[in-house]
Amino acid sequence: MKETTSTNENLATVDQELSSKQLQRRNFLKLAGAGAAGVAFLGMVGCKKDNDGPDRGGDGFYFGSGDIAILNYAYALEQLEASFYIQVANNPYSGISDWERTLLTDIRDHEIAHREFFKAALGTKAISNLEFNFGAVNFSSRDSVLGTAKVFEDLGVSAYNGAGWLIKDEAYLGLAGKIVSVEARHAALVRDLISNGSFANSEVIDSNGLDVSNSPTVVLEAAAPFITSRVDVRDLPTY
Amino acid sequence: MNLFNIFDSITQVDPEFNERVSPRRDAIRNMMSFGKKVSMAAVPFVLSDLFKRAYGQTPTDVNGVLNYALTLEYLEAEYYTIGASTGGLVPSGPAAGAIATIRDHENAHVAFLKSVLGAAAVAKPNFDFTAGGAFADVFSNYDTFLALAQAFEDTGVRAYKGQAGILKGNRVVLTAALQIHSVEARHASHIRQMRRARGGAAANQKPWITGANDSGIGAAVDPVYAGEDLKVQAGVDITTLNGVSGRLSEAAATQSFDEPLTAPAVLDIAKLFIR
Repeated sequence: MKETTSTNENLATVDQELSSKQLQRRNFLKLAGAGAAGVAFLGMVGCKKDNDGPDRGGDGFYFGSGDIAILNYAYALEQLEASFYIQVANNPYSGISDWERTLLTDIRDHEIAHREFFKAALGTKAISNLEFNFGAVNFSSRDSVLGTAKVFEDLGVSAYNGAGWLIKDEAYLGLAGKIVSVEARHAALVRDLISNGSFANSEVIDSNGLDVSNSPTVVLEAAAPFITSRVDVRDLPTY
Repeated sequence: MNLFNIFDSITQVDPEFNERVSPRRDAIRNMMSFGKKVSMAAVPFVLSDLFKRAYGQTPTDVNGVLNYALTLEYLEAEYYTIGASTGGLVPSGPAAGAIATIRDHENAHVAFLKSVLGAAAVAKPNFDFTAGGAFADVFSNYDTFLALAQAFEDTGVRAYKGQAGILKGNRVVLTAALQIHSVEARHASHIRQMRRARGGAAANQKPWITGANDSGIGAAVDPVYAGEDLKVQAGVDITTLNGVSGRLSEAAATQSFDEPLTAPAVLDIAKLFIR
């Protein structure tokens, strides 16, 4: 199942403000650099940057502002996860067990449910389908697939944890809460598949017993190597 | 009232607050400059007798939520502390390691919430994990121990979710609550895997919740799972959405969203275990 990008009407308006957008982009990258340490663990996936990655501040899919932008941010992450697990299910890694196949197919369907839910809930405000590049993933390798899944799930948990307080609408906050715990269940399961007992180890849980939390800026920077489409997050609330 | 006063009052009670919530120190510093954006929900951080509420009440403010959470964490911490120290209950190896990990997290949650609440923290209740004899073998039968652990974890996930609205916009407290919430979900996922490995009534257990009461424990825990079979989210029936081949199944629809539980419903469950 190949994701395709359709033309977005927002592109036209975005183009008119390119210079200010370029400025925004510089600010964004500068900001993201400050959080680089927080995403250093992502290096383990070995993502190769064959190109410059998404132009997060340029003429890309506009996320909107306020809560709509946060919902599109969640929608983008769910698109990423769904696209990944669809490929995983279509190309099972060598040596996959029946139980692993069942679990990974379940996760695929959960991520599709999240993706399609956000698409339906956002309606005309939804960003278009993003394109992804999973070239750094060896889908025939269990280690590569589960290692990538672990990164995505932990990142997803940290994204919802970190964006919660930015959400203004109580109903949207509630929906994010309903989804994040499912992502945490995924994260724990994937970690246990890699190494039993690592479901909540000190990589992700601090000495206060708290899980990871990341700002949208840090999360998008971490996801950037996998996102081919350009996205415009200039009005996405972050910190 | 402004945030500087609030944080002053916290640091007076607990001079190490900033250290303790590190790595959130930067967050707190930033919050000062965002003062006007932070909701008034942060205000009840002011410590007074007014907020020394007994556990077992429906929270209506930030401190109420924190004490509600603390009560549940007391329960879990004591449960795993007893379980881990009861000889012959949890098999040595990976199982003992996992229970120790979870025990340490629950105790860390207790310490964290107490440090945030300071003098406003409720005292630990006295617990009866047999629930008046209903789970008489909870610390002698490993399967009962795991079954109750799953019920506590799945309840904990739902309990935190149910209070998010009161904490809306509160950068420090909502974020910390979410960070505990997802840890409880990780625990639930692992305990469910441990139960599945035991087979029997738990043989079909998945890390996520399918429909209402998939626990295999029986009707005793129906209240823990009531409403988990919801398939309509924000007016969108998930089973009408397209999956890979055809519509998404009802199982996928209920698994992909965890449901909140109201405070009265959670307290009705917790009270069974409070003397």
